[in-house]
Amino acid sequence: MVYKYECPHGGSTVLVKRGFILLLHVRNDALMNLCEVECLCAQDGVILGADTRATEGSIVANKNCAKIHYLAKNIYCCGAGTAADTEKTTKLISSQLELHRLQTRRIVPVTTANHMLKQMLFRYQGHIQAALVLGGVDTTGPGLYCIYPHGSSDCLPYTTMGSGSLAAMAVFEKDWRPDMELEEAKKLVRDAVAGGIFNDLGSGSNVDLCVITKDSTQMLRTYDEANVKGKR
Amino acid sequence: MLCCRAYVANRVADKLTKVTDRIYCCRSGSSADTQAISEIVAYHLDFYQMERGEPAPVKVAANVFREFCYDYRDSLVAGILCAGWDDKEGGQVYSIPLGGMLVRQPVSIGGSGSSYIYGYVDSRYKPGMTKDECVDLVQSALALAMSRDGSSGGVIRLGIITKDGIERRVLSGDKIPKFYEG
Repeated sequence: MVYKYECPHGGSTVLVKRGFILLLHVRNDALMNLCEVECLCAQDGVILGADTRATEGSIVANKNCAKIHYLAKNIYCCGAGTAADTEKTTKLISSQLELHRLQTRRIVPVTTANHMLKQMLFRYQGHIQAALVLGGVDTTGPGLYCIYPHGSSDCLPYTTMGSGSLAAMAVFEKDWRPDMELEEAKKLVRDAVAGGIFNDLGSGSNVDLCVITKDSTQMLRTYDEANVKGKR
Repeated sequence: MLCCRAYVANRVADKLTKVTDRIYCCRSGSSADTQAISEIVAYHLDFYQMERGEPAPVKVAANVFREFCYDYRDSLVAGILCAGWDDKEGGQVYSIPLGGMLVRQPVSIGGSGSSYIYGYVDSRYKPGMTKDECVDLVQSALALAMSRDGSSGGVIRLGIITKDGIERRVLSGDKIPKFYEG
């Protein structure tokens, strides 16, 4: 088979019989430009949400912990399961993604983060108890994945994980629709997390949000206090 | 449909996974295991194509699947159907069931729902069927399996592979064929 490679900037056509095409720098230039050129809809982005309760058996160990972890400037990740595992896993992958970004000199794709996480979790055969919701925006647009502890992953338009996932999913199944406006999408995620906070004993306290769009990332720590206590 | 116990984790799961341009696989069993295997096989076949300068035959793809499924048979739960088109043998279907056996069949079914439709497929399959007849058989068989098997359901995903590549179809809701429901 002969691969025909046409230079998009005009001029040469190269015929390659076998092996690597070394002219991929042309494609890479195009990819680099994509981050500036490609015009995503202003509302195009991902919203991650989480509650802030951490438990040790039946004891609430932390009433205001952060479950939305940083992976890269354009990628964040919600963790459910064992706190130590989600924390270590996301930190490890975060540093690998940063090195990858430095080496390739471009924004890391969300699918790369997905691959690294699922390959690591698969290698540990489910012993790393990390159930993750991975969200971010790259040159191809927004991406949302849920990753299970055994190393499988799904790419979905909306997803939930953890003990409150059924309550939260019920809210999504009722009110989610494609192409929502930013504010109503934020409210939907808040409502979904609140569904977990009120109806699941493993979830509680506040709602954290993280809004990732093409050109900004907003970490909204304590976006909402779902149930404010009365003054003592 | 992908589910863990009583909860449907994904009702639009894509179990038709690309291996090369003209070879796809149907995954059943553990989703973590089958996703990992199909990605490794796709990686190996990409390498094969770069080294040889020609697309990998379906037989090779199926044998790479078999190699992994057999070598790691004690730690994997993976039932794979590998199918596609190549210029040597045309359209082919291979089945790699749980123990890592490899067998070429003119028609093959797999997964938890398949036991409900063996008789149906046997009664309807004839050698030399046209494309439309094949598509009709596949979607009817899937619809019947989905209605009888508690852990199958959701949407029907079809992939029609010819020498020109794959044509993908999704059937959902009222597009799914209906049969006697009692």
